[in-house]
Amino acid sequence: MGLELYLDLLSQPCRAIYIFAKKNNISFEFKHVELFKDSVLGRRTPGGNNPEQSRAAQSQSAESGKLNILKKVPALKDGSFTLSESTAILLYLSRKYNTPDHWYPSDIQKRALVDEYLSWHHTNIRANAPKTMWIKLLIPLFTGQPLPSEKLQEVMEGLSASLKQFEEKFLQDKLFVVGSEISLADLVAVVELMQPVGVGCDIFEGRPRLVEWRDRVEEAVGKELFLQAHEMVMNIKELSNIQIDPQLKAQLAPVLMKVLQ
Amino acid sequence: MVVELFLDLLSQPCRALFIFAKKNNIPFELKHVDLLKGQHMTEEFDKVNALRKVPALRDGAFTLAESTAILLYLSRKFKTPDHWYPSDLQKRARVDEYLSWQHTAIRAAGCKVYLSKVLLPLITGKPFCPEKVERAIEELNVALKQFEEKFLEDKPFIAGSEISLADLVAVVEIMQPVGAGYEIFKPRPKLAEWQGRVEEAIGKELFQEAHEQVLNAKSLSVAELVPELREQMACMLLKLIN
Repeated sequence: MGLELYLDLLSQPCRAIYIFAKKNNISFEFKHVELFKDSVLGRRTPGGNNPEQSRAAQSQSAESGKLNILKKVPALKDGSFTLSESTAILLYLSRKYNTPDHWYPSDIQKRALVDEYLSWHHTNIRANAPKTMWIKLLIPLFTGQPLPSEKLQEVMEGLSASLKQFEEKFLQDKLFVVGSEISLADLVAVVELMQPVGVGCDIFEGRPRLVEWRDRVEEAVGKELFLQAHEMVMNIKELSNIQIDPQLKAQLAPVLMKVLQ
Repeated sequence: MVVELFLDLLSQPCRALFIFAKKNNIPFELKHVDLLKGQHMTEEFDKVNALRKVPALRDGAFTLAESTAILLYLSRKFKTPDHWYPSDLQKRARVDEYLSWQHTAIRAAGCKVYLSKVLLPLITGKPFCPEKVERAIEELNVALKQFEEKFLEDKPFIAGSEISLADLVAVVEIMQPVGAGYEIFKPRPKLAEWQGRVEEAIGKELFQEAHEQVLNAKSLSVAELVPELREQMACMLLKLIN
């Protein structure tokens, strides 16, 4: 039994792992989890101590307004060892498969810059970028109602502030976050920023330095692999035509409305 | 030249660093950045951390923000005992997993409880909004449940039989709502036992020294916070609890 990666390429952290594993020729079994079907209804989970199953229960009874649905993926299973959280999975893979140094440099100051970005990312870029998709597509899809434009505006303002900090503090005038070579920091950042692009919020527009960085990252990863990983999110409008399980709709609609309170 | 750590012990991640550095006898110069005096919003501090947050580190010309990054940097530079960030791949992954998850779970919820119950009323001069506190507490309850069931399970510590950075980061965050007067441990015996073990592994004296300020909410004052900064801070903090 080899390495299994539970992924849905609609999810940003999943794309980071997919790209990383493919780029580094890490052989794995792709276990496709369709977020809006399998994981929430608990049908397809990694097994072992089944963290995903308890999370499924969690999201169904979520009263706190915190939507856990997207946190079911990514997940890793390596024999009897299961792991969640993309940062942890990326680091585990980089160590187990001895990937090239630039991904997570052994120089402790460069490594610290990667850690710094990966930490800041959670409550900054990742706080707002995903919401663009929820607001513009997913919530209307599930609830049948569009959302007021102020909601999107608020999110875009927050995202703008984060992008400013990204450019001024993390990127500065360097080629990549750490310096002259791509690292896990750039990979995690870029997949997150493609989410708003997929729903028509082009955050790269008017930010030439950011565009140049994205192009460099795309090239370092390999254009083909980058496009392959992003095919689903770039064709996200097709999602509006999918049949969503009515049971799922009924469960999620009230929770989703709370998310944006 | 010694490592400088810019800290305010009112802040959870600052406490994690303070405890870690002291416990491991890491020589450092403590630079106190008093949040309630707005000292993190000065031009001088901008040079240390453009994100205007504590904690921050300065090691010669090298500056670093984000407590996770600083903890890991110190553990590597000063070669601290293995259990803090185990070299065993799977144990290390458990630590990484917790450090990642906690940002938007325990930390987020704990901050909201403390902000809505203590800090915002202090800074704005208005009484706290019970609904907001209630919502924050609900969120915290969910996070604590997940902590016990998924991260702790039936182990003495998160990574197994020894304390690691994960437990340290968890415990300082959990102490924040305690400082807001929220009774966390009584209804949660397993969590209480874990906290006891962590405190003992760290050393009671050091643990208590680090937590003296946050556990003494009545002693906090914004008397030295100028009105403009006060308003700025209130605005910023309000966004965090919404």
